[in-house]
Amino acid sequence: MARSIKKGPFIEKKLYKRVLEANKAGQKPMVKTYSRTSTIIPEMVGFTISVYNGKTWVPVYVTENLVGHKLGEFSPTRFYRGHAGSDKKSKKR
Amino acid sequence: MARIAGIDLPNKATKISLTYIFGIGRTSAVEICKKTGIDPDTKMNELSAEQVNDLRKTIENDYKVEGRLRTEVALNIKRLMDIGCYRGLRHRRGLPVRGQRTKTNARTRKGKKKTVANKKK
Repeated sequence: MARSIKKGPFIEKKLYKRVLEANKAGQKPMVKTYSRTSTIIPEMVGFTISVYNGKTWVPVYVTENLVGHKLGEFSPTRFYRGHAGSDKKSKKR
Repeated sequence: MARIAGIDLPNKATKISLTYIFGIGRTSAVEICKKTGIDPDTKMNELSAEQVNDLRKTIENDYKVEGRLRTEVALNIKRLMDIGCYRGLRHRRGLPVRGQRTKTNARTRKGKKKTVANKKK
């Protein structure tokens, strides 16, 4: 079920604060975050946000198209490199 | 035989016949009948040319069907693939998009079974 509109999109408070502050300062620093469930909001456009996938931080450059998605959608947590013995070149997800 | 939106409609009850158009199911078929004032149970052949024209007009103006609908769907999927999000990746690999299991089943997305021979010891 979709989230109620009354609540607005979910963004981790800390991340939200950092984005707003950086916007005020007119800078777009790299923001590291664990919060994969945070929604991408219009204010984040232009940022590069490093999203943790359990192992590494994956830099996500936020464009307008990404607004409305969650950060975690762009930082895959699983990598399938093919089964043993298959001669196909290992593909990264 | 009536031709609407580039599709030949079979001689069945109007509400059924309309569902042969991609993008129109039972609900919207009945809706269309209501809008045009046609009894949904009349057979297609019994409709007058005028009524068929009415149907055509309503569908053209109020519904997204066939080619245009297909393009829209394809574009939506393409968008997901282009922005590189998880759903897009699943589309790219032809795997289920909405978190279904893939250990077994998922044959609709994966297609026919491809048996992998056991590795010899």
